[in-house]
Amino acid sequence: MSKEKGLETICITTGPTEVGDYVTLNIGPIHPAMHGTLRVITQTDGETVISAKPEIGYLHRGVEKLGENLTYSQFLPMTDRLNYCSAICNNVAYEMAVEKLLGIEVPPKAQLIRMIMMELARIADHQVCVGILGVDLGALTPFFYLIIQREEIYEIFEWHHGARLTNSMGAIGGVEADLPDRFHEKWPKMRDTIRRANDETDSLLTHNRIWMDRTIGVNAFCGDDALDWGFTGPMLRACGVRRDLRKDEPYLMYDKVDFEVPVGKHGDVFDRYMVRMLEMEESVKIIDQAYALYKELPDDAPLMKKMPKIIRPPEGQIYHAIESPNGELGFFIKSDGSDKPYRIKIRPPCYMVYQAFEDLVKGEMISDLIACLSSLNVIAGELDR
Amino acid sequence: MSLKERIEGILGRDLLELTEFRGDICVEIPKNRVIQALTMLKEEAGFDFLSDLFGIDNLDLYTKAKKKKKKSEDDEAQEPEEKGPPPPRFEVIYLLLSLSTNERLMVKVRVPEDDLELPSITGLWRAANWPEREVFDMFGVRFKGHPNLRRLLMWDEFQDHPLRKDYPLEGKGEERHLNYDIA
Repeated sequence: MSKEKGLETICITTGPTEVGDYVTLNIGPIHPAMHGTLRVITQTDGETVISAKPEIGYLHRGVEKLGENLTYSQFLPMTDRLNYCSAICNNVAYEMAVEKLLGIEVPPKAQLIRMIMMELARIADHQVCVGILGVDLGALTPFFYLIIQREEIYEIFEWHHGARLTNSMGAIGGVEADLPDRFHEKWPKMRDTIRRANDETDSLLTHNRIWMDRTIGVNAFCGDDALDWGFTGPMLRACGVRRDLRKDEPYLMYDKVDFEVPVGKHGDVFDRYMVRMLEMEESVKIIDQAYALYKELPDDAPLMKKMPKIIRPPEGQIYHAIESPNGELGFFIKSDGSDKPYRIKIRPPCYMVYQAFEDLVKGEMISDLIACLSSLNVIAGELDR
Repeated sequence: MSLKERIEGILGRDLLELTEFRGDICVEIPKNRVIQALTMLKEEAGFDFLSDLFGIDNLDLYTKAKKKKKKSEDDEAQEPEEKGPPPPRFEVIYLLLSLSTNERLMVKVRVPEDDLELPSITGLWRAANWPEREVFDMFGVRFKGHPNLRRLLMWDEFQDHPLRKDYPLEGKGEERHLNYDIA
């Protein structure tokens, strides 16, 4: 450590150093298995992990500070760069938070389009997560089945709002465009191909002896611990806690569609994989029902609420959360009555999950650490903000 | 019984202020009773899940209010300025959630600039670990009893607290003077 720093010197102390024959192994931040810029400093005894301390902040761009200096509409593209696997969920979460701050409700057609797009993004996110989990454990084939389907989903995004990865879909007050004409022909076919790709993945992995050996019982976690650590989303559901904001605090039109919330039992890597696989199936069901509701609306139904050019919400503070593919994604916004937010706080779901990383992998093998990290679906952009 | 009445009953004298905006309830509790009040909310009111924890710097809010006041004073007759202790600069907000009733609650604690210390609640919820480190990193509020209070997002040698309102957006050029200890 360098020089005297007054206050800071007291606070910056690295944790107790273990003495013994342990080997310190630094994994990341630049390593193909570390998903972006994650870094874990591990103490190992042979191949057993004694301690694993995650270090984050390598992708910190100060999104919250930037948000205080941008207007409400200008901040929307920033939210794409949080969880870039499902940017639409971030967009909608932010838009809905500002709409709550303004006290407005968007037209039903816009709500349904948001729902359809969000569920497509959820499928794409889970496909990447499951695919990469397979790749990290040495199963390359399912990745291709899934990634071809993700490509098709990105095609729909491209037709709708022009972008594939950083979507910036919609605006505060609604969505800018109706569902593209080609979507109506594409969706019935795509529904079947998504299901087929899932079936292929299922038949390649679920009952595969090697897959079962590598995932069943690895990083098992109990529900009470998970709640204490602030887990949400598929990670929590894999531990056996039935909690889904789409059911518990319904937003948009999720209370009008019928779907199941899959839960696991042991909270191990296998359960996380199964929960994600089953959730994709539920998402397809939700899109089908939302599309049927959409069809009932007249063609010229409004898509946008009339909004002023510069948005100036009243003074106040709100918190609004939605169920993103990784869990509870919340936006806290404090407004001082000007055209820029006074404070924006993003509550990323994988932040809470990743801080329990040491608890998850203690006593496991190093190769299980990699499996655990893939199954958490930690996205560095969302983690560091 | 509505949530408001329930919280008023449970917190009693610890409840300094209760505001509601768009259905979000925010209660303020005194700084020296954080642990007791949060324990009561956790055990008696059923707020058993810590959703998030973060800080707010109110520096600009007060300077802006002062400027507005000055303007109106210039227009009208001169009024004697209010004298009294300045309002505490920082706030720390705990976002609680009740898993059984799906109600959310914001709990606000004001932290003055000359006493930047709060008790750590990592004993109540382990989820507070990283968020408390982040508040220390970004605002400089220290949490007494935290197991590992180090910077989280900025590097360890960094001196300032970037989310404070008096820290410039473009930074102070720290990245140009990185000192690496090369062993």
